[in-house]
Amino acid sequence: MRYFTEDHEWVDVDGDIGTVGITDYAQGQLGDIVFVDVPEEGKTVAKGDEAAVVESVKAASDVYSPVSGTVIEGNADLGDNPGLVNEDADGEGWFFKLTLSDPSELEELMDETKYEAFVAKL
Amino acid sequence: MRLVRAVVAPSSVVEKPVVSDIDLANDYVEVELETLPLDAWHRARGGRMVPFAGYHMPVQYEGIMAEHLWVRESAGLFDVSHMGQVHLSGEGLDEALEKLIPADVKGVKPNGQKYSLLLGPNGGILDDLMFTRWDDGLYMVVNGAVKYDDIGHLRDELPDAITLNHMDEQALLALQGPKAVDALSRLVPGVEDLVFMTGGHFDWQGTKLWISRSGYTGEDGFEISVPGGKAEALADALCAEPEVKPIGLGARDSLRLEADLPLYGHDLDPETTPIMAALNFAVASKRRREEANFPGAERILMEREHGAVSKRVGLLVEGRQPVREGAAVLDAEGSEVGKVTSGGFAPTLGAPIAMAYVPAAMAEVGTRIQITQRGKVHEATVAAMPFVPHRYVRGAK
Repeated sequence: MRYFTEDHEWVDVDGDIGTVGITDYAQGQLGDIVFVDVPEEGKTVAKGDEAAVVESVKAASDVYSPVSGTVIEGNADLGDNPGLVNEDADGEGWFFKLTLSDPSELEELMDETKYEAFVAKL
Repeated sequence: MRLVRAVVAPSSVVEKPVVSDIDLANDYVEVELETLPLDAWHRARGGRMVPFAGYHMPVQYEGIMAEHLWVRESAGLFDVSHMGQVHLSGEGLDEALEKLIPADVKGVKPNGQKYSLLLGPNGGILDDLMFTRWDDGLYMVVNGAVKYDDIGHLRDELPDAITLNHMDEQALLALQGPKAVDALSRLVPGVEDLVFMTGGHFDWQGTKLWISRSGYTGEDGFEISVPGGKAEALADALCAEPEVKPIGLGARDSLRLEADLPLYGHDLDPETTPIMAALNFAVASKRRREEANFPGAERILMEREHGAVSKRVGLLVEGRQPVREGAAVLDAEGSEVGKVTSGGFAPTLGAPIAMAYVPAAMAEVGTRIQITQRGKVHEATVAAMPFVPHRYVRGAK
């Protein structure tokens, strides 16, 4: 099940493990991504914390963690190939994985249908 | 995800992009924006419009990186109609203008073009500009964001005998890149005979064009002044040539950064002098230096002789993360001693680069410096500029 924030992050949840990325809409708005800084394993993040940085040719943006938890992996492929986020924001271009500390936070997020409606109004 | 810093900022209207949502269009304080003659043309071609210098302008079409590289290898069409086009005429014009800028105005031959700086009383830069000698006066192009200030300044400072005409009915296009000459000469035969920093009046299908061989990318290319009502037809005709694609402001910014071309309001402002800005060539005229009758001459000539306390330099930044405008330059003790004024990812180099003001002692090429941005320290080296060699077509000496 995938959940979305109004800040255009997604978290894909499997058991108590969440994979976090930014949406295809977000990568399209950013343009050519030239740098991504992902959190290291073991870092604890609270929902809404700055967890990663994404820089395009024209802009720098913070990526917020959609949920609280402990990071278990940052996507190492983005170091050499940040363009993966442009090519496949919903898949290969994921940012980090974490173990959720409070799955009830997911209830505050949007599902895909709601997110699509949200983006359509922007 | 939220935007924290944008490169293509709307210059003078809003000093700093505010933290807000990622959609660039939402990031700036609402101002009354005007449209330019090619507004609908940009939108029809998929240009993403953003506020810039008080206008809706296209920041990109297919993507900044691809557009940037296209200009370096082929030719790109830029709409720069936001810039101010001004015609000056009247008895004693050369002498009067020399009171405001450090260039050798009198030495500019017919159809010759020159870069210069509008200076404040203390030698600070009010704007950078280009001017050309026409039969009936001087044609000047100034920056869009400060054009009304410039025009006010010129009207205040030039004597009554001088007439200033703001040519706001004209659009301005720039065709830039190594194949610009191939495309434009097919439409307008004769432009291939122009050399860098010269221009001429041309006719295109009954429309009068002013074309100079100049630009803001470091590449060969042309700037074309065309009546606003004919701008769409000309842009269509140019983009119908196989070498040409429309290019947005985003690539214009990265191209000029690679080419060591400072951007007014960012790398140049009233606090910087020509020598601080490493624009010594703008005070190259021996006669003007001896006369020393341009604004701030005493200070500027002293700085030219002994060096300024700080200087604009180029920086190669280690790693992949760009440092942006506003990042702090640190000395060996970790004290802030300078500022990054432009920074971004250089598509031609595949690496981040920047311009910064640093103390004279740190301005030598090869000096290692540190930059802090949002709590993170970046290593950089002072580099020779331009980062990418200029490819201007100059006349035989």
